[in-house]
Amino acid sequence: MEIEFIAGHNLYWIISLLLLVGLYGMLAKRNLVKKLVGMNIFQTSIILFYVAIASKKKATVPVIDAALGSVDPAHYINPLPHTLMLTAIVVSVATTGVGFALLISIFRRYGTLDEDTLLKRMR
Amino acid sequence: MIEANLPLLVPLTFLILALLIPLIGVRVPGAAYPLALAAVLASIPMAGFGLFRVIEGGPVTYTLGGWEAPVGIELVLDPLASFLTLVVTVVSCLVLIHARHVASVEHPDKRVPYYSLVLLLLAGFCGILSTGDLFNLYVFLEISSLAGYGLVAIGDKRSPVAAYRYLILGSVGTGFYLLGIGFIYVMSGSLNMADLARILPHILDQPPVLSGLILMVTGIGLKMALFPLHFWLPDAYSSASSATSALLAPLGTKVGAYILIRVLFFVFDPAEVEQRVPIASVIAWLSAAGVLYGSLMALAQQELKRMLAYSSVAQIGYIGLGLGMANPLGFTGAVLHILNHAFMKAALFLVAGNLRVKVGHSNIADMDQRLSRQMPWSMAALVVAALSMIGLPPTAGFFSKWYLVLGGIQGSDWVFVAVILLGGLLNAIYFFRVVERVYLPFRKGSSDHAAADGVQEVVESREVRLSMLAPTLVLAGGLLVLGLASSFLVNRVIQLMIPPGL
Repeated sequence: MEIEFIAGHNLYWIISLLLLVGLYGMLAKRNLVKKLVGMNIFQTSIILFYVAIASKKKATVPVIDAALGSVDPAHYINPLPHTLMLTAIVVSVATTGVGFALLISIFRRYGTLDEDTLLKRMR
Repeated sequence: MIEANLPLLVPLTFLILALLIPLIGVRVPGAAYPLALAAVLASIPMAGFGLFRVIEGGPVTYTLGGWEAPVGIELVLDPLASFLTLVVTVVSCLVLIHARHVASVEHPDKRVPYYSLVLLLLAGFCGILSTGDLFNLYVFLEISSLAGYGLVAIGDKRSPVAAYRYLILGSVGTGFYLLGIGFIYVMSGSLNMADLARILPHILDQPPVLSGLILMVTGIGLKMALFPLHFWLPDAYSSASSATSALLAPLGTKVGAYILIRVLFFVFDPAEVEQRVPIASVIAWLSAAGVLYGSLMALAQQELKRMLAYSSVAQIGYIGLGLGMANPLGFTGAVLHILNHAFMKAALFLVAGNLRVKVGHSNIADMDQRLSRQMPWSMAALVVAALSMIGLPPTAGFFSKWYLVLGGIQGSDWVFVAVILLGGLLNAIYFFRVVERVYLPFRKGSSDHAAADGVQEVVESREVRLSMLAPTLVLAGGLLVLGLASSFLVNRVIQLMIPPGL
């Protein structure tokens, strides 16, 4: 049972691992850029989760046209999570952009992106 | 015609103006402020009419793009949403009137992006309040968060660091919320709140649904700074410019509390959930710890804005406590406290802003009796707001705590009743520390010198200009009005909001 539990859900295990790697990067790394990298990994893992829940074996695009895919809705991949994730990707890009802008501003003011040095210089 | 569009009107006004301001502001920087003020002024009657319409005739729904509810996204204005929309617009209007001078003193070169971000923030808040779709709520949450990170970064030298920390923790919060929606979507196949409320009772025993709820509540807890997820708040509020903290502190965390109410009481059935995982109890106990922690930390702060930020952690605790009790009286207290705290905190942060503009600092240790003669009206507002924070009648703060205590008694949660009373006592200590410095003549150390000088010293008035004084006084006066009107509010308005499951 344990083998099946692991092997049957290997995609979700990888996603969980990515999520934890991202969280570790955001909360434990001392370099501010690495925190941002961690944030991106974290967000990507959530996006992958949504893509994974939508996928289905031997299924195709949801277009009612035999030439393109299938006329049977049972063979469609659920398109909703994909569209949701388009929005989430945009949000993630915007957050990363704001994050980099803040990093530039921090570097100009303090000349470092290392959290320990930064805390010393902020005093 | 206009009634059917009510849920969309307020967020759309803010969103359009937020995009117009940078376009016009490039050519005419002076137009940014009038446009922002016009948007907020226009939104108040819309929000007021929305509340009136909802109380008279029940919830108003708007289907975006004409796609009907479970498939499309719908915006719903119910009593809770329309009431909080009115609170957001009124408080932000007063803060914005005050912000004109603060912004031109603290960050004169950033006025156009500042006002644009303010409107984007308000668009996010009002969108969160009126949406009826969980994923749409996430989008509005991110809009308001991104605007919030930008606003916090416009402040003193440390502000980008505080904003960066806020961004990292805020992203964890919204990420958890998004993941939680994913779990619930997999099991239910729906994102519409009303639709979910029908489906969820049948699938509540599935582990992914409950894990999804826990993930969502954790994410929301980070956004509303529920103890112990509040790390980002003190730095963000004290580093941001006074105009920003006066806007974010009263409204930002309250909108987080609203999401918690919406998810916990309207999408899920609190009594059914409580039998499986004790989420409401955990929130109540953490909030109780937050009340004590926030009050004690506020006591240790030497700077007024930082003290107010920690006091916000404590006040969020009161709201969480009322929600966690999961009974109608506690719920009433929590909603009333959202309203009262928005007014109290706005008033207090405006006083801190007045001090920064006129005196140049807001260090508690450097305040003395001269302030009460130089800025009599600002200090009077400080006292009224402080009395309300402590919870003395007839100020508004008394009534929300009264309902919270009643809720605690109804649920026989004697620990919570004790925490609410003890929190009030700690509030009294840390506010009287400030009030005492400002009003009482005798001071240790430099007292002889000051007392001797005090007699001959001609006190010139350093009171702030009318555009800053009027909002401060309106908010402080509003606390007395809200106190007197609280029974009307509870009976006529908040009564309608109590979710069916309670």
